[in-house]
Amino acid sequence: MDYIENLRREIAQREAELQDLRARLVKAEAEKSTAESDKDRSLNGEAWKWPLEEHEYERYSRQMIVPNFGLKGQLNIKNAKVLLVGAGGLGCPAAAYLAGAGVGTLGLVDGDAVEVSNLHRQVAHSTARVGMMKVDSAVAYLKGLNPTITYHAHATHLTPQNAEEIVSQYDVVLDCTDHPTSRYLISDICVLLSKPLISASAFQTSGQLIVLNNPPGRGPCYRCVFPKPPPPESVVGCGEGGIVGPVVGVMGVLQALEAIKLLVRGDHHHRLKSVDGTEEEEDGQKQVGMLLFSGMGDVPFRTVRMRGKRKGCFACAGDDSALTLAELKNSMDYVQFCGVNEPVKLLRPEERISVAEYERISREKRAHVLLDVREKEHFELCSIPGSVNVPISRFTARREGMGLDGLIPGGELLPPDAPIYVVCRVGNDSQIAAKKLKDWGVDRDGERFVGDVLGGLRAWKDGVDPSLPFI
Amino acid sequence: MASAAADDAGQLTLDVEFSGGLEMLFSDQRRHSLVLPAKDQDGKPSTIASLIHHLCEHVMKDTRKELFVLQDHLRPGILVLINDADWELEGEEEYELKSGDNILFVSTLHGG
Repeated sequence: MDYIENLRREIAQREAELQDLRARLVKAEAEKSTAESDKDRSLNGEAWKWPLEEHEYERYSRQMIVPNFGLKGQLNIKNAKVLLVGAGGLGCPAAAYLAGAGVGTLGLVDGDAVEVSNLHRQVAHSTARVGMMKVDSAVAYLKGLNPTITYHAHATHLTPQNAEEIVSQYDVVLDCTDHPTSRYLISDICVLLSKPLISASAFQTSGQLIVLNNPPGRGPCYRCVFPKPPPPESVVGCGEGGIVGPVVGVMGVLQALEAIKLLVRGDHHHRLKSVDGTEEEEDGQKQVGMLLFSGMGDVPFRTVRMRGKRKGCFACAGDDSALTLAELKNSMDYVQFCGVNEPVKLLRPEERISVAEYERISREKRAHVLLDVREKEHFELCSIPGSVNVPISRFTARREGMGLDGLIPGGELLPPDAPIYVVCRVGNDSQIAAKKLKDWGVDRDGERFVGDVLGGLRAWKDGVDPSLPFI
Repeated sequence: MASAAADDAGQLTLDVEFSGGLEMLFSDQRRHSLVLPAKDQDGKPSTIASLIHHLCEHVMKDTRKELFVLQDHLRPGILVLINDADWELEGEEEYELKSGDNILFVSTLHGG
Protein backbone atom coordinates (compact mmCIF):
# COMPACT_ATOMS: atom_id res chain seq x y z
CA MET A 1 0.00 0.00 0.00
CA ASP A 2 2.80 2.38 0.96
CA TYR A 3 4.51 1.69 -2.34
CA ILE A 4 1.34 2.54 -4.30
CA GLU A 5 0.74 5.62 -2.17
CA ASN A 6 4.30 6.82 -2.73
CA LEU A 7 4.01 6.27 -6.47
CA ARG A 8 0.77 8.25 -6.53
CA ARG A 9 2.30 11.09 -4.61
CA GLU A 10 5.37 11.14 -6.82
CA ILE A 11 3.27 11.18 -10.00
CA ALA A 12 1.12 14.00 -8.62
CA GLN A 13 4.26 15.90 -7.70
CA ARG A 14 5.85 15.46 -11.14
CA GLU A 15 2.60 16.36 -12.88
CA ALA A 16 2.41 19.55 -10.87
CA GLU A 17 6.03 20.31 -11.77
CA LEU A 18 5.32 19.63 -15.45
CA GLN A 19 2.25 21.82 -15.36
CA ASP A 20 4.30 24.54 -13.72
CA LEU A 21 7.01 24.23 -16.40
CA ARG A 22 4.39 24.46 -19.15
CA ALA A 23 2.87 27.51 -17.51
CA ARG A 24 6.30 29.13 -17.25
CA LEU A 25 6.92 28.35 -20.91
CA VAL A 26 3.67 30.01 -21.97
CA LYS A 27 4.47 33.01 -19.81
CA ALA A 28 8.02 33.27 -21.14
CA GLU A 29 6.72 32.99 -24.70
CA ALA A 30 4.20 35.74 -24.07
CA GLU A 31 6.90 37.95 -22.60
CA LYS A 32 9.28 37.15 -25.45
CA SER A 33 6.71 38.03 -28.05
CA THR A 34 5.97 41.25 -26.21
CA ALA A 35 9.70 41.98 -26.00
CA GLU A 36 10.17 41.22 -29.68
CA SER A 37 7.25 43.41 -30.65
CA ASP A 38 8.74 46.12 -28.46
CA LYS A 39 12.08 45.63 -30.21
CA ASP A 40 10.50 45.75 -33.65
CA ARG A 41 8.70 48.84 -32.66
CA SER A 42 11.74 50.51 -31.15
CA LEU A 43 13.61 49.75 -34.38
CA ASN A 44 10.81 51.58 -36.10
CA GLY A 45 11.17 54.30 -33.50
CA GLU A 46 7.83 53.74 -31.78
CA ALA A 47 7.10 52.53 -28.25
CA TRP A 48 4.21 50.16 -27.23
CA LYS A 49 1.49 52.68 -26.81
CA TRP A 50 -1.44 50.61 -25.50
CA PRO A 51 -2.33 50.29 -21.82
CA LEU A 52 -2.50 46.48 -21.77
CA GLU A 53 0.11 44.10 -23.08
CA GLU A 54 -0.39 42.63 -26.51
CA HIS A 55 -1.24 39.10 -25.32
CA GLU A 56 -3.85 40.54 -22.94
CA TYR A 57 -5.85 42.03 -25.79
CA GLU A 58 -5.94 38.60 -27.35
CA ARG A 59 -6.91 36.81 -24.15
CA TYR A 60 -9.48 39.21 -22.73
CA SER A 61 -10.97 41.02 -25.73
CA ARG A 62 -14.19 38.94 -25.71
CA GLN A 63 -15.15 40.29 -22.29
CA MET A 64 -13.68 43.77 -22.81
CA ILE A 65 -16.00 44.51 -25.73
CA VAL A 66 -19.09 43.83 -23.64
CA PRO A 67 -20.98 47.11 -23.06
CA ASN A 68 -19.89 48.84 -19.83
CA PHE A 69 -17.02 46.41 -19.25
CA GLY A 70 -14.44 47.99 -21.49
CA LEU A 71 -10.74 48.67 -21.10
CA LYS A 72 -11.30 50.34 -17.76
CA GLY A 73 -13.04 47.25 -16.43
CA GLN A 74 -10.17 45.07 -17.57
CA LEU A 75 -7.60 47.38 -15.98
CA ASN A 76 -9.56 47.28 -12.70
CA ILE A 77 -9.57 43.48 -12.86
CA LYS A 78 -5.90 43.33 -13.73
CA ASN A 79 -4.94 45.54 -10.82
CA ALA A 80 -7.09 43.63 -8.33
CA LYS A 81 -6.09 41.07 -5.74
CA VAL A 82 -8.81 38.57 -4.91
CA LEU A 83 -8.74 35.98 -2.12
CA LEU A 84 -10.77 32.77 -2.18
CA VAL A 85 -11.12 31.07 1.17
CA GLY A 86 -11.82 27.43 0.37
CA ALA A 87 -10.67 25.58 -2.76
CA GLY A 88 -13.61 23.18 -2.89
CA GLY A 89 -16.97 23.05 -4.64
CA LEU A 90 -17.42 26.84 -4.63
CA GLY A 91 -13.77 27.87 -4.79
CA CYS A 92 -12.83 25.75 -7.83
CA PRO A 93 -15.33 27.18 -10.33
CA ALA A 94 -15.04 30.68 -8.85
CA ALA A 95 -11.24 30.62 -9.16
CA ALA A 96 -11.40 29.27 -12.71
CA TYR A 97 -13.55 32.16 -13.95
CA LEU A 98 -11.58 34.78 -12.04
CA ALA A 99 -8.29 33.44 -13.40
CA GLY A 100 -9.78 33.29 -16.87
CA ALA A 101 -10.96 36.89 -16.57
CA GLY A 102 -7.45 38.05 -15.72
CA VAL A 103 -7.62 39.04 -12.05
CA GLY A 104 -4.04 40.21 -11.42
CA THR A 105 -3.46 38.28 -8.20
CA LEU A 106 -5.50 35.32 -7.00
CA GLY A 107 -4.97 33.90 -3.51
CA LEU A 108 -6.34 30.56 -2.32
CA VAL A 109 -6.60 29.42 1.29
CA ASP A 110 -7.31 25.79 2.15
CA GLY A 111 -5.72 23.36 4.59
CA ASP A 112 -7.22 20.18 3.08
CA ALA A 113 -5.90 17.67 0.57
CA VAL A 114 -7.77 16.47 -2.52
CA GLU A 115 -9.92 13.35 -2.05
CA VAL A 116 -11.59 11.26 -4.73
CA SER A 117 -15.01 12.11 -3.27
CA ASN A 118 -14.34 15.81 -4.05
CA LEU A 119 -13.93 15.32 -7.77
CA HIS A 120 -17.59 15.27 -8.87
CA ARG A 121 -17.82 18.95 -8.02
CA GLN A 122 -14.38 20.40 -7.32
CA VAL A 123 -13.52 20.86 -10.96
CA ALA A 124 -10.02 22.29 -10.57
CA HIS A 125 -8.68 19.08 -9.05
CA SER A 126 -8.00 15.81 -10.81
CA THR A 127 -7.68 12.11 -10.18
CA ALA A 128 -3.94 12.35 -10.69
CA ARG A 129 -3.69 14.99 -7.95
CA VAL A 130 -5.56 13.10 -5.20
CA GLY A 131 -3.59 13.52 -1.99
CA MET A 132 -2.07 16.84 -3.01
CA MET A 133 -2.95 19.99 -1.04
CA LYS A 134 -6.07 21.51 -2.60
CA VAL A 135 -4.43 24.91 -3.04
CA ASP A 136 -1.49 23.40 -4.93
CA SER A 137 -3.76 21.25 -7.08
CA ALA A 138 -5.99 24.23 -7.88
CA VAL A 139 -3.02 26.47 -8.74
CA ALA A 140 -1.67 23.75 -11.06
CA TYR A 141 -5.03 23.75 -12.87
CA LEU A 142 -5.32 27.54 -12.91
CA LYS A 143 -1.81 28.00 -14.33
CA GLY A 144 -2.83 25.74 -17.18
CA LEU A 145 -5.82 27.99 -17.76
CA ASN A 146 -4.03 31.31 -17.39
CA PRO A 147 -0.27 31.34 -16.73
CA THR A 148 -0.01 35.11 -17.05
CA ILE A 149 -1.39 36.11 -13.64
CA THR A 150 0.03 35.74 -10.11
CA TYR A 151 -1.16 33.02 -7.74
CA HIS A 152 -0.62 32.71 -3.99
CA ALA A 153 -1.31 29.33 -2.40
CA HIS A 154 -1.92 29.51 1.36
CA ALA A 155 -1.88 25.84 2.38
CA THR A 156 -3.57 26.33 5.74
CA HIS A 157 -7.00 26.84 7.21
CA LEU A 158 -7.89 30.44 7.94
CA THR A 159 -7.56 30.99 11.71
CA PRO A 160 -8.01 34.01 13.97
CA GLN A 161 -4.21 34.05 14.21
CA ASN A 162 -3.36 34.08 10.48
CA ALA A 163 -6.47 35.87 9.15
CA GLU A 164 -5.14 39.42 9.30
CA GLU A 165 -1.81 38.57 7.70
CA ILE A 166 -3.46 36.71 4.80
CA VAL A 167 -6.58 38.79 4.14
CA SER A 168 -4.77 42.15 4.32
CA GLN A 169 -2.91 41.28 1.10
CA TYR A 170 -6.13 41.36 -0.95
CA ASP A 171 -8.88 43.75 -2.11
CA VAL A 172 -11.90 41.44 -2.23
CA VAL A 173 -12.69 38.15 -0.46
CA LEU A 174 -14.85 35.20 -1.54
CA ASP A 175 -16.15 32.93 1.22
CA CYS A 176 -16.10 29.47 -0.35
CA THR A 177 -15.94 27.55 2.94
CA ASP A 178 -18.33 25.00 4.36
CA HIS A 179 -18.94 25.75 8.04
CA PRO A 180 -20.45 28.53 10.18
CA THR A 181 -17.21 28.87 12.21
CA SER A 182 -15.23 29.96 9.14
CA ARG A 183 -18.12 32.10 7.86
CA TYR A 184 -18.18 34.25 11.04
CA LEU A 185 -14.37 34.50 11.10
CA ILE A 186 -14.16 35.58 7.45
CA SER A 187 -16.92 38.15 7.88
CA ASP A 188 -15.28 39.61 11.01
CA ILE A 189 -11.85 39.96 9.42
CA CYS A 190 -13.39 41.51 6.27
CA VAL A 191 -15.19 44.09 8.41
CA LEU A 192 -12.01 44.89 10.35
CA LEU A 193 -9.88 45.20 7.20
CA SER A 194 -12.59 46.91 5.08
CA LYS A 195 -12.83 44.22 2.39
CA PRO A 196 -16.03 43.51 0.47
CA LEU A 197 -17.09 39.87 0.98
CA ILE A 198 -18.91 37.67 -1.50
CA SER A 199 -20.42 34.80 0.43
CA ALA A 200 -22.05 31.69 -1.04
CA SER A 201 -23.13 28.32 0.24
CA ALA A 202 -24.74 25.18 -1.10
CA PHE A 203 -26.27 21.98 0.20
CA GLN A 204 -27.94 19.07 -1.59
CA THR A 205 -29.89 20.92 -4.33
CA SER A 206 -30.02 24.48 -2.89
CA GLY A 207 -27.70 27.45 -2.82
CA GLN A 208 -27.52 30.95 -1.33
CA LEU A 209 -25.48 34.00 -2.31
CA ILE A 210 -25.07 37.39 -0.64
CA VAL A 211 -22.59 40.26 -1.02
CA LEU A 212 -21.61 41.59 2.39
CA ASN A 213 -19.75 44.61 3.74
CA ASN A 214 -20.05 46.32 0.38
CA PRO A 215 -19.11 49.07 0.26
CA PRO A 216 -17.05 48.42 3.39
CA GLY A 217 -18.62 49.97 6.44
CA ARG A 218 -21.94 50.56 4.69
CA GLY A 219 -23.34 47.17 3.77
CA PRO A 220 -24.41 44.59 6.35
CA CYS A 221 -21.94 41.92 7.50
CA TYR A 222 -22.63 38.21 8.06
CA ARG A 223 -23.42 38.92 11.72
CA CYS A 224 -25.98 41.61 10.78
CA VAL A 225 -27.85 39.01 8.75
CA PHE A 226 -27.21 36.03 11.04
CA PRO A 227 -26.50 37.40 14.53
CA LYS A 228 -26.83 33.99 16.19
CA PRO A 229 -25.21 30.83 14.85
CA PRO A 230 -27.50 27.89 14.09
CA PRO A 231 -27.59 25.14 16.72
CA PRO A 232 -24.74 22.72 15.88
CA GLU A 233 -27.09 19.75 15.47
CA SER A 234 -28.80 21.55 12.58
CA VAL A 235 -25.51 21.92 10.68
CA VAL A 236 -25.07 19.02 8.28
CA GLY A 237 -22.05 18.95 5.96
CA CYS A 238 -21.89 17.90 2.33
CA GLY A 239 -20.14 14.69 3.37
CA GLU A 240 -23.21 13.61 5.30
CA GLY A 241 -26.11 15.31 3.53
CA GLY A 242 -24.76 15.27 -0.01
CA ILE A 243 -24.41 17.87 -2.76
CA VAL A 244 -25.17 17.86 -6.48
CA GLY A 245 -22.10 19.05 -8.41
CA PRO A 246 -23.69 21.65 -10.71
CA VAL A 247 -25.64 23.16 -7.80
CA VAL A 248 -22.51 24.19 -5.93
CA GLY A 249 -20.89 24.94 -9.30
CA VAL A 250 -23.62 27.45 -10.15
CA MET A 251 -23.08 29.19 -6.82
CA GLY A 252 -19.28 29.38 -7.31
CA VAL A 253 -19.73 30.77 -10.82
CA LEU A 254 -22.17 33.38 -9.48
CA GLN A 255 -19.59 34.38 -6.86
CA ALA A 256 -17.05 34.95 -9.63
CA LEU A 257 -19.63 37.05 -11.49
CA GLU A 258 -20.32 39.18 -8.40
CA ALA A 259 -16.58 39.68 -7.94
CA ILE A 260 -16.15 40.72 -11.58
CA LYS A 261 -19.11 43.13 -11.32
CA LEU A 262 -17.67 44.64 -8.18
CA LEU A 263 -14.20 45.03 -9.69
CA VAL A 264 -15.39 46.41 -13.02
CA ARG A 265 -17.49 49.00 -11.19
CA GLY A 266 -14.52 49.75 -8.98
CA ASP A 267 -16.45 49.35 -5.70
CA HIS A 268 -13.27 48.30 -3.93
CA HIS A 269 -11.71 51.70 -4.68
CA HIS A 270 -14.68 53.72 -3.45
CA ARG A 271 -14.72 52.88 0.20
CA LEU A 272 -17.05 55.56 1.49
CA LYS A 273 -18.66 57.12 -1.54
CA SER A 274 -21.88 55.90 -3.06
CA VAL A 275 -20.84 53.59 -5.83
CA ASP A 276 -23.88 52.94 -7.91
CA GLY A 277 -27.50 53.77 -8.24
CA THR A 278 -28.83 50.96 -6.10
CA GLU A 279 -31.40 51.48 -3.45
CA GLU A 280 -30.20 53.12 -0.27
CA GLU A 281 -31.96 53.56 3.01
CA GLU A 282 -32.45 57.02 4.46
CA ASP A 283 -29.41 56.89 6.71
CA GLY A 284 -27.18 56.04 3.76
CA GLN A 285 -26.98 52.36 4.62
CA LYS A 286 -27.13 49.80 1.93
CA GLN A 287 -29.84 47.25 1.56
CA VAL A 288 -28.83 44.09 -0.15
CA GLY A 289 -30.43 41.22 -1.96
CA MET A 290 -29.84 37.56 -1.24
CA LEU A 291 -30.11 35.12 -4.07
CA LEU A 292 -31.76 31.81 -3.32
CA PHE A 293 -31.13 29.01 -5.80
CA SER A 294 -33.31 25.96 -5.76
CA GLY A 295 -31.97 23.39 -8.19
CA MET A 296 -35.08 21.21 -8.05
CA GLY A 297 -37.72 23.87 -7.34
CA ASP A 298 -40.29 25.32 -9.73
CA VAL A 299 -38.57 28.71 -9.53
CA PRO A 300 -34.81 28.12 -9.65
CA PHE A 301 -33.69 31.67 -8.90
CA ARG A 302 -35.27 34.03 -6.43
CA THR A 303 -33.87 37.26 -5.00
CA VAL A 304 -35.10 38.45 -1.65
CA ARG A 305 -34.58 41.84 -0.01
CA MET A 306 -32.40 41.67 3.10
CA ARG A 307 -31.89 44.08 5.96
CA GLY A 308 -29.08 46.62 6.05
CA LYS A 309 -26.53 46.99 8.83
CA ARG A 310 -27.67 46.01 12.32
CA LYS A 311 -27.40 48.72 14.97
CA GLY A 312 -24.99 47.60 17.65
CA CYS A 313 -23.66 44.74 15.53
CA PHE A 314 -20.95 42.84 17.38
CA ALA A 315 -18.53 43.20 14.47
CA CYS A 316 -19.48 46.24 12.39
CA ALA A 317 -21.20 48.68 14.77
CA GLY A 318 -18.30 51.04 14.08
CA ASP A 319 -18.09 52.30 17.69
CA ASP A 320 -16.10 51.40 20.80
CA SER A 321 -18.23 48.33 21.44
CA ALA A 322 -17.26 46.66 18.16
CA LEU A 323 -14.74 43.89 17.76
CA THR A 324 -11.08 44.91 17.30
CA LEU A 325 -8.30 43.19 15.40
CA ALA A 326 -6.47 42.41 18.64
CA GLU A 327 -9.59 40.82 20.12
CA LEU A 328 -10.16 38.76 17.00
CA LYS A 329 -6.62 37.46 17.10
CA ASN A 330 -6.30 36.85 20.82
CA SER A 331 -9.66 36.06 22.29
CA MET A 332 -12.17 34.94 19.67
CA ASP A 333 -13.12 31.28 19.81
CA TYR A 334 -15.30 30.64 16.77
CA VAL A 335 -15.69 26.94 17.50
CA GLN A 336 -17.08 27.68 20.92
CA PHE A 337 -19.29 30.47 19.52
CA CYS A 338 -20.89 28.11 17.02
CA GLY A 339 -21.07 25.22 19.48
CA VAL A 340 -19.94 21.64 19.14
CA ASN A 341 -22.23 18.82 18.19
CA GLU A 342 -22.35 16.67 21.32
CA PRO A 343 -22.93 12.94 20.80
CA VAL A 344 -26.45 11.83 21.73
CA LYS A 345 -26.69 10.20 25.17
CA LEU A 346 -30.17 8.74 25.40
CA LEU A 347 -29.48 5.07 26.12
CA ARG A 348 -27.77 3.48 29.12
CA PRO A 349 -24.65 1.35 28.45
CA GLU A 350 -26.64 -1.87 28.99
CA GLU A 351 -29.05 -0.79 26.26
CA ARG A 352 -26.23 -0.65 23.70
CA ILE A 353 -24.35 -3.56 22.11
CA SER A 354 -21.02 -3.54 20.29
CA VAL A 355 -20.61 -4.45 16.63
CA ALA A 356 -18.74 -7.61 17.67
CA GLU A 357 -21.71 -8.64 19.82
CA TYR A 358 -24.13 -8.04 17.00
CA GLU A 359 -21.93 -10.01 14.65
CA ARG A 360 -22.08 -12.99 17.05
CA ILE A 361 -25.88 -12.64 17.43
CA SER A 362 -26.38 -12.58 13.67
CA ARG A 363 -24.33 -15.80 13.30
CA GLU A 364 -26.44 -17.60 15.91
CA LYS A 365 -29.50 -17.07 13.71
CA ARG A 366 -31.87 -16.48 16.62
CA ALA A 367 -35.02 -14.49 15.82
CA HIS A 368 -34.26 -10.79 16.01
CA VAL A 369 -34.63 -7.62 13.97
CA LEU A 370 -31.93 -5.17 12.96
CA LEU A 371 -33.44 -1.79 12.05
CA ASP A 372 -31.26 0.54 10.00
CA VAL A 373 -32.60 4.08 10.50
CA ARG A 374 -30.46 5.93 7.93
CA GLU A 375 -32.15 7.61 4.97
CA LYS A 376 -32.96 5.22 2.16
CA GLU A 377 -30.34 6.69 -0.17
CA HIS A 378 -27.65 5.80 2.37
CA PHE A 379 -29.16 2.34 2.97
CA GLU A 380 -29.23 1.56 -0.75
CA LEU A 381 -25.49 2.08 -1.04
CA CYS A 382 -24.62 -0.54 1.57
CA SER A 383 -26.06 -2.14 4.67
CA ILE A 384 -25.57 -4.94 7.17
CA PRO A 385 -27.00 -8.23 5.78
CA GLY A 386 -30.56 -8.86 6.96
CA SER A 387 -31.14 -5.32 8.21
CA VAL A 388 -34.46 -3.59 7.53
CA ASN A 389 -34.53 0.09 6.52
CA VAL A 390 -36.89 2.37 8.46
CA PRO A 391 -35.61 5.97 8.11
CA ILE A 392 -35.41 8.05 11.29
CA SER A 393 -38.09 10.44 10.01
CA ARG A 394 -40.63 7.61 10.39
CA PHE A 395 -39.83 7.53 14.11
CA THR A 396 -40.01 11.27 14.56
CA ALA A 397 -43.22 11.65 12.54
CA ARG A 398 -46.07 12.69 14.77
CA ARG A 399 -48.56 9.92 15.36
CA GLU A 400 -50.08 8.52 18.49
CA GLY A 401 -49.72 4.96 19.75
CA MET A 402 -47.28 3.96 17.06
CA GLY A 403 -46.19 0.35 17.32
CA LEU A 404 -43.97 -2.13 15.60
CA ASP A 405 -46.59 -3.29 13.10
CA GLY A 406 -46.76 0.00 11.31
CA LEU A 407 -42.98 0.24 11.03
CA ILE A 408 -41.88 -3.20 9.86
CA PRO A 409 -43.81 -5.33 7.39
CA GLY A 410 -44.79 -8.48 9.30
CA GLY A 411 -43.75 -6.94 12.63
CA GLU A 412 -46.75 -8.49 14.34
CA LEU A 413 -45.46 -12.00 13.50
CA LEU A 414 -42.24 -11.45 15.44
CA PRO A 415 -41.97 -13.50 18.69
CA PRO A 416 -42.77 -11.17 21.62
CA ASP A 417 -39.32 -11.65 23.13
CA ALA A 418 -37.31 -11.34 19.90
CA PRO A 419 -34.80 -8.55 20.43
CA ILE A 420 -34.73 -5.42 18.31
CA TYR A 421 -31.44 -3.73 17.51
CA VAL A 422 -31.23 -0.33 15.89
CA VAL A 423 -28.28 0.86 13.81
CA CYS A 424 -27.43 4.11 12.00
CA ARG A 425 -24.35 5.81 10.57
CA VAL A 426 -22.41 6.60 13.75
CA GLY A 427 -24.74 5.84 16.66
CA ASN A 428 -26.81 8.96 17.35
CA ASP A 429 -30.11 8.51 15.48
CA SER A 430 -30.13 4.84 16.50
CA GLN A 431 -30.51 5.94 20.12
CA ILE A 432 -33.36 8.28 19.28
CA ALA A 433 -35.17 5.49 17.41
CA ALA A 434 -34.58 2.90 20.17
CA LYS A 435 -35.86 5.35 22.76
CA LYS A 436 -39.03 5.94 20.69
CA LEU A 437 -39.66 2.20 20.42
CA LYS A 438 -39.40 1.94 24.21
CA ASP A 439 -41.71 4.91 24.68
CA TRP A 440 -44.23 3.11 22.50
CA GLY A 441 -43.95 0.01 24.70
CA VAL A 442 -42.34 -2.16 22.05
CA ASP A 443 -39.96 -3.56 24.71
CA ARG A 444 -43.00 -5.03 26.51
CA ASP A 445 -41.76 -3.86 29.91
CA GLY A 446 -38.42 -5.55 29.50
CA GLU A 447 -39.60 -8.85 28.01
CA ARG A 448 -37.99 -7.81 24.74
CA PHE A 449 -34.54 -6.24 24.43
CA VAL A 450 -34.61 -2.97 22.52
CA GLY A 451 -31.29 -1.22 22.06
CA ASP A 452 -28.81 0.07 19.53
CA VAL A 453 -25.51 -0.88 17.93
CA LEU A 454 -22.78 1.31 19.39
CA GLY A 455 -20.89 3.33 16.81
CA GLY A 456 -23.18 2.35 13.93
CA LEU A 457 -22.06 1.45 10.44
CA ARG A 458 -18.75 3.23 10.98
CA ALA A 459 -17.85 0.85 13.83
CA TRP A 460 -19.14 -2.09 11.75
CA LYS A 461 -16.75 -1.18 8.95
CA ASP A 462 -13.84 -0.68 11.35
CA GLY A 463 -14.48 -3.82 13.39
CA VAL A 464 -16.34 -6.35 11.26
CA ASP A 465 -16.63 -5.71 7.54
CA PRO A 466 -14.00 -3.39 6.05
CA SER A 467 -15.52 -4.02 2.61
CA LEU A 468 -18.44 -1.63 3.26
CA PRO A 469 -17.99 0.78 0.36
CA PHE A 470 -19.58 3.84 1.94
CA ILE A 471 -20.26 5.30 5.37
CA MET B 1 -49.44 33.00 -5.31
CA ALA B 2 -52.55 32.48 -3.30
CA SER B 3 -55.33 34.68 -4.52
CA ALA B 4 -55.92 37.71 -2.34
CA ALA B 5 -59.11 36.20 -1.02
CA ALA B 6 -61.37 38.58 0.82
CA ASP B 7 -61.19 38.19 4.56
CA ASP B 8 -64.89 38.80 4.93
CA ALA B 9 -65.27 35.48 6.72
CA GLY B 10 -62.51 36.51 9.14
CA GLN B 11 -60.09 34.18 7.39
CA LEU B 12 -56.67 34.76 5.86
CA THR B 13 -55.39 32.73 2.94
CA LEU B 14 -51.61 32.40 3.06
CA ASP B 15 -49.06 30.92 0.74
CA VAL B 16 -46.44 29.33 3.01
CA GLU B 17 -43.22 27.84 1.63
CA PHE B 18 -40.33 25.92 3.15
CA SER B 19 -36.88 25.41 1.67
CA GLY B 20 -33.27 24.63 2.46
CA GLY B 21 -34.31 21.34 4.11
CA LEU B 22 -37.13 22.66 6.33
CA GLU B 23 -39.70 21.00 4.08
CA MET B 24 -38.57 17.73 5.67
CA LEU B 25 -40.44 18.78 8.85
CA PHE B 26 -43.61 19.51 6.90
CA SER B 27 -44.38 16.24 5.11
CA ASP B 28 -41.66 16.90 2.50
CA GLN B 29 -43.99 19.45 0.94
CA ARG B 30 -42.44 22.76 -0.09
CA ARG B 31 -45.61 24.71 -0.55
CA HIS B 32 -48.65 24.88 1.73
CA SER B 33 -51.76 26.93 1.14
CA LEU B 34 -53.09 27.73 4.61
CA VAL B 35 -56.21 29.35 5.95
CA LEU B 36 -55.78 31.14 9.27
CA PRO B 37 -58.26 33.13 11.39
CA ALA B 38 -57.70 36.84 10.82
CA LYS B 39 -57.76 37.45 14.60
CA ASP B 40 -56.18 35.45 17.40
CA GLN B 41 -58.12 34.35 20.49
CA ASP B 42 -57.51 37.74 22.13
CA GLY B 43 -59.11 39.47 19.16
CA LYS B 44 -55.77 40.84 17.94
CA PRO B 45 -54.77 40.59 14.28
CA SER B 46 -52.90 37.37 13.45
CA THR B 47 -49.14 37.86 13.19
CA ILE B 48 -46.14 35.86 12.06
CA ALA B 49 -45.91 34.64 15.67
CA SER B 50 -49.46 33.24 15.35
CA LEU B 51 -48.48 31.59 12.07
CA ILE B 52 -45.41 29.94 13.64
CA HIS B 53 -47.58 28.67 16.48
CA HIS B 54 -50.17 27.36 14.00
CA LEU B 55 -47.46 25.62 11.95
CA CYS B 56 -46.11 23.86 15.05
CA GLU B 57 -49.52 22.81 16.32
CA HIS B 58 -51.32 21.87 13.13
CA VAL B 59 -49.03 21.55 10.13
CA MET B 60 -45.75 20.05 11.33
CA LYS B 61 -45.84 16.27 11.03
CA ASP B 62 -42.50 15.73 12.74
CA THR B 63 -41.89 15.62 16.48
CA ARG B 64 -38.50 17.33 16.14
CA LYS B 65 -40.00 20.74 16.87
CA GLU B 66 -36.60 21.97 18.08
CA LEU B 67 -35.45 22.01 14.44
CA PHE B 68 -37.96 24.83 13.87
CA VAL B 69 -38.63 26.53 17.18
CA LEU B 70 -36.40 27.05 20.24
CA GLN B 71 -37.75 28.63 23.44
CA ASP B 72 -40.96 29.71 21.70
CA HIS B 73 -39.10 31.56 18.95
CA LEU B 74 -37.90 30.55 15.55
CA ARG B 75 -34.53 28.84 15.89
CA PRO B 76 -31.38 30.71 14.76
CA GLY B 77 -30.40 29.82 11.20
CA ILE B 78 -33.89 30.17 9.73
CA LEU B 79 -34.73 33.18 7.59
CA VAL B 80 -38.30 34.37 7.21
CA LEU B 81 -39.20 36.22 4.04
CA ILE B 82 -42.47 38.09 3.86
CA ASN B 83 -43.38 38.65 0.21
CA ASP B 84 -39.67 38.26 -0.66
CA ALA B 85 -38.41 40.68 2.00
CA ASP B 86 -36.48 39.79 5.16
CA TRP B 87 -38.97 39.78 8.05
CA GLU B 88 -36.65 42.17 9.93
CA LEU B 89 -37.75 44.84 7.44
CA GLU B 90 -41.39 44.10 8.26
CA GLY B 91 -41.47 43.89 12.05
CA GLU B 92 -40.45 40.26 12.55
CA GLU B 93 -42.88 38.24 14.69
CA GLU B 94 -45.16 41.27 15.10
CA TYR B 95 -45.91 41.58 11.38
CA GLU B 96 -49.68 41.47 10.86
CA LEU B 97 -50.60 38.94 8.20
CA LYS B 98 -52.62 39.93 5.18
CA SER B 99 -54.57 37.63 2.93
CA GLY B 100 -52.47 36.61 -0.05
CA ASP B 101 -49.14 37.01 1.76
CA ASN B 102 -46.33 34.74 0.71
CA ILE B 103 -44.27 33.62 3.70
CA LEU B 104 -41.07 31.73 2.98
CA PHE B 105 -39.07 29.92 5.67
CA VAL B 106 -35.50 29.16 4.54
CA SER B 107 -32.84 27.34 6.44
CA THR B 108 -29.38 28.92 6.13
CA LEU B 109 -26.95 26.76 4.21
CA HIS B 110 -23.30 26.35 5.15
CA GLY B 111 -21.86 23.81 2.74
CA GLY B 112 -19.48 24.66 -0.04
